[in-house]
Amino acid sequence: MSALIEFQGFNKFFGEQQVLEQIDLQVQAGEVVVILGPSGCGKSTLLRCLNGLEQAHSGSLRLDGKELLAPGTDWRQVRQRVGMVFQSYHLFGHMSVLDNLLLGPLKVQKRERGEAQAQAEALLARVGLLDKRDVFPRQLSGGQQQRIAIVRSLCMNPEVMLFDEVTAALDPEMVKEVLQVIQGLAREGMTLLIVTHEMAFARAVADRIVFMEAGRILEQNPPERFFTQPQSARAQQFLEKFSFVESLPKTLHKELS
Amino acid sequence: MASTGFELLQVSLPQLAAGALQTLSISALGIFFATVGGVLYGVLANLGKRPVNIALQVYLELFRAIPVLVWLYLVFFGLPIFFGLSIPSFWCAVLVLGLWGASEVGEVVRGALRSLPRGQREAGLSIGLSGWQLYGYVLLPQALKRMTPPTINLYTRIIKTSSLAVLIGVVEVIKAGQQIIERTYESVLIYGALLLFFFFVCYPLSAASRVLERRWAHT
Ligand SMILES: Nc1ncnc2c1ncn2[C@@H]1O[C@H](COP(=O)(O)OP(=O)(O)OP(=O)(O)O)[C@@H](O)[C@H]1O
Ligand SMILES: [Mg+2]
Repeated sequence: MSALIEFQGFNKFFGEQQVLEQIDLQVQAGEVVVILGPSGCGKSTLLRCLNGLEQAHSGSLRLDGKELLAPGTDWRQVRQRVGMVFQSYHLFGHMSVLDNLLLGPLKVQKRERGEAQAQAEALLARVGLLDKRDVFPRQLSGGQQQRIAIVRSLCMNPEVMLFDEVTAALDPEMVKEVLQVIQGLAREGMTLLIVTHEMAFARAVADRIVFMEAGRILEQNPPERFFTQPQSARAQQFLEKFSFVESLPKTLHKELS
Repeated sequence: MASTGFELLQVSLPQLAAGALQTLSISALGIFFATVGGVLYGVLANLGKRPVNIALQVYLELFRAIPVLVWLYLVFFGLPIFFGLSIPSFWCAVLVLGLWGASEVGEVVRGALRSLPRGQREAGLSIGLSGWQLYGYVLLPQALKRMTPPTINLYTRIIKTSSLAVLIGVVEVIKAGQQIIERTYESVLIYGALLLFFFFVCYPLSAASRVLERRWAHT
């Protein structure tokens, strides 16, 4: 079986600075890949290239066998198949929750209102927020907004979802409710690319860990192997830093993170 | 000749009303083009394309540096001389007010769009919206609150500035008033009427702008 997503010799520059270097990465349909690495190593950029928010420099990127870096790619089509959720939710503040959810299905996919709304409500119920259908984003907590943002992407019926540190802006007590939603998607067999700093979550949800540093992929391994026997020295240091932080008393932990 | 102020007004009123209609038409059309052009300007300025931004900057500076009066002369007297193109004075006034207003509204729209969080754009794109949909459904509606008060204030400036059209021969409300004064010497009464006219057209606008600004200050 050929991969659903396939980066090959993929390069990306910001001006003179090369932020992605010779990326080779294959993701199978239904696979859950967690990308780890120190700040600034290019994790966000990698996800953003996949739905055209950033333009690649060279190399190859295929979705379902089709080359996306070729001229004439319809990125609007790609984005409907590859949903993305951001660190700061970015719900549309002037619209009710339901209107946030329906904008894409109605205006982009030209679906029928009744059917799209039924789906939106079913998904809202699933994340436990059906009663928030008619409120505005500013009336919701961060965790609630982030769950809505996930539903907004899901309403487009994507094949792949990209999560870029979606719990990083949340208070600790809200992290879990968001991670549970993502875990649910993973169990259902959706293809997921996840960037996170929640190590326990990464370990639990991932089929494979991709460790990046300075724009390169240093190693790719199943989570158990990665967390117990990291191959590269850099991955070892990276994990040590995290276990150090996690072993600190709770108060200090908060100050550091 | 009319003996009382009331009779005088009765005789002069149609003339004054015709002038007022000219003023209101020029202003309304100028405001319309200023708004449409301004939104276009603001959106173009937000695309972040260098050549486009340079062109808009030149356009803006031309209208900031050169008085509206000079533009009126340039269009009314200059176009026929240099391009053999002559436009009726009414439409010259609309054109100049529209272009001047569009540059000013455009700066307001640009600023309002830029004040939105970057993520709004990316979230819109990531659900597959086209550029038009992104601006129409997501960005402009959210910029509206910030851009409406200053834009309404600009509308009052357009209305007041429209009286410059008299200098290229449009008989707008002030010119009509002056004609009546020349005939009747009732300058106090007529200027009083003109004052009231501008007040009652412009005051509701600036009041509305202030109310909206206060209401939207904390949302
Ligand atoms: N729009 C941009 N213009 C210029 N440089 C950028 C831009 N976006 C990111 N970079 C640079 O590219 C590099 C990779 O950034 P990226 O955001 O992908 O890192 P990251 O791994 O997601 O980091 P973090 O964990 O902090 O989110 C960084 O050095 C960053 O400074
Ligand atoms: Mg990042």
